[in-house]
Amino acid sequence: MVLPTNLKHIASASEHAEILKDHENVMVCCGRMGPMCLPVYDIMGELQEEYKHVEFRDMAFDNPEAGVIRNIPEAGSFMGLPFTVYYKNGKVVAATSSIQTKEQVKEILDREF
Amino acid sequence: MSENYFDSIIIGGGAAGLTAGIYLARGKASVLILDTGTIGGQMVLTHQIANYPGVEESSGYQLSMTMKKQAESFGCAIKSNIQIKNLSLVDEIKEVELSDNSIFRSKTIILASGGRSRMLNISGEKKFKGRGISYCATCDGDFFQDKEIIVVGGGNSALEEAVSLTKYASKVTILHEFDHFQAFEHAVEEARSNPKIDFIMKSHLTEFIGDQKLEGVKYKNLSTGEISAKNIDGVFIFIGYEANTEMFRDSELKLNKWNEVPTNDMMETNIDGVYAAGDLRQKRVRQVTTAVADGTIAAVGALGYIYGA
Repeated sequence: MVLPTNLKHIASASEHAEILKDHENVMVCCGRMGPMCLPVYDIMGELQEEYKHVEFRDMAFDNPEAGVIRNIPEAGSFMGLPFTVYYKNGKVVAATSSIQTKEQVKEILDREF
Repeated sequence: MSENYFDSIIIGGGAAGLTAGIYLARGKASVLILDTGTIGGQMVLTHQIANYPGVEESSGYQLSMTMKKQAESFGCAIKSNIQIKNLSLVDEIKEVELSDNSIFRSKTIILASGGRSRMLNISGEKKFKGRGISYCATCDGDFFQDKEIIVVGGGNSALEEAVSLTKYASKVTILHEFDHFQAFEHAVEEARSNPKIDFIMKSHLTEFIGDQKLEGVKYKNLSTGEISAKNIDGVFIFIGYEANTEMFRDSELKLNKWNEVPTNDMMETNIDGVYAAGDLRQKRVRQVTTAVADGTIAAVGALGYIYGA
């Protein structure tokens, strides 16, 4: 179960673990094809060229395997899609809930990666 | 002319801007469409569009992408998620400088930057966005299963979304600043007859309260001035739209008291060669269809200006 976006997808928990193991800097946006999620996928798609040292992925929120994102402690208070999580060396370094602007995303990428 | 010169620059890539781009490009004008966000504007934020003639039903995203593809196929250059640093509208050659210092010039400019959901701009609103505060019932409703929520607003969106949120929430309180609703009567009746919905009238929210997530609100009774507190799990805000005209407010462009752009029926503003189309205009009906109409008229006017017709 993957989202019909132009991003690379994560389809399973094992794939999620593998990406975190293989890459130092990873940004994953976990959502649906809804109004608050689409702008974030669009921004990620645009930033891929500029941030070649970051792996950009999406994951379908309703995929049962997306529990690896839905259930992280950092998302405990989240009540808005998408859940966007930033990983450095496999560890969560930032997480946001709901729609974000390009500036907000870049601020985190510049700060953490 | 340089590669940074266009016959027309369109600021805004929603329904109005993309339509203007399609018409201009089909008229053999060179066109650059700039958008400070995602191409599609308010359309992208609409789950289902069922009243756009010729398209039985589409998501706002699909309709946006189709319009974008059409605009590109006719030769429009499109840049999204940009920031405008400076804008010069009055000279014969208009100029737009972006935050990356790139400068684009054109003979005409079409302002189509649209509108956005109005925020309450009260303490805690930014902090709790996505942590109890939402602007999209269809996106976030299921996070509020068996929880108590407030819906702020009194228009059609507020009342219809309040009813739809009763599918999830144990109780929905509609909080509105007046003693009556602006929504259509059928929407008011549906809300009033729903046993899960309560009303707090003539009141304003004054503060959002919580630690990691929203836990409560304070609100003021506008008749008595009394401030009350209420424990709550979520707040959905539907208080209308405002024009995205901040970037023009220091320019010579005339705005009305609501910061909308007045135009004549050819979408001409008070500045020669500068047109406005879509939701940023001073007008009553804001739909995809009316934005498309505005964009068409603005493009036809701009083509006349470019070619001296």
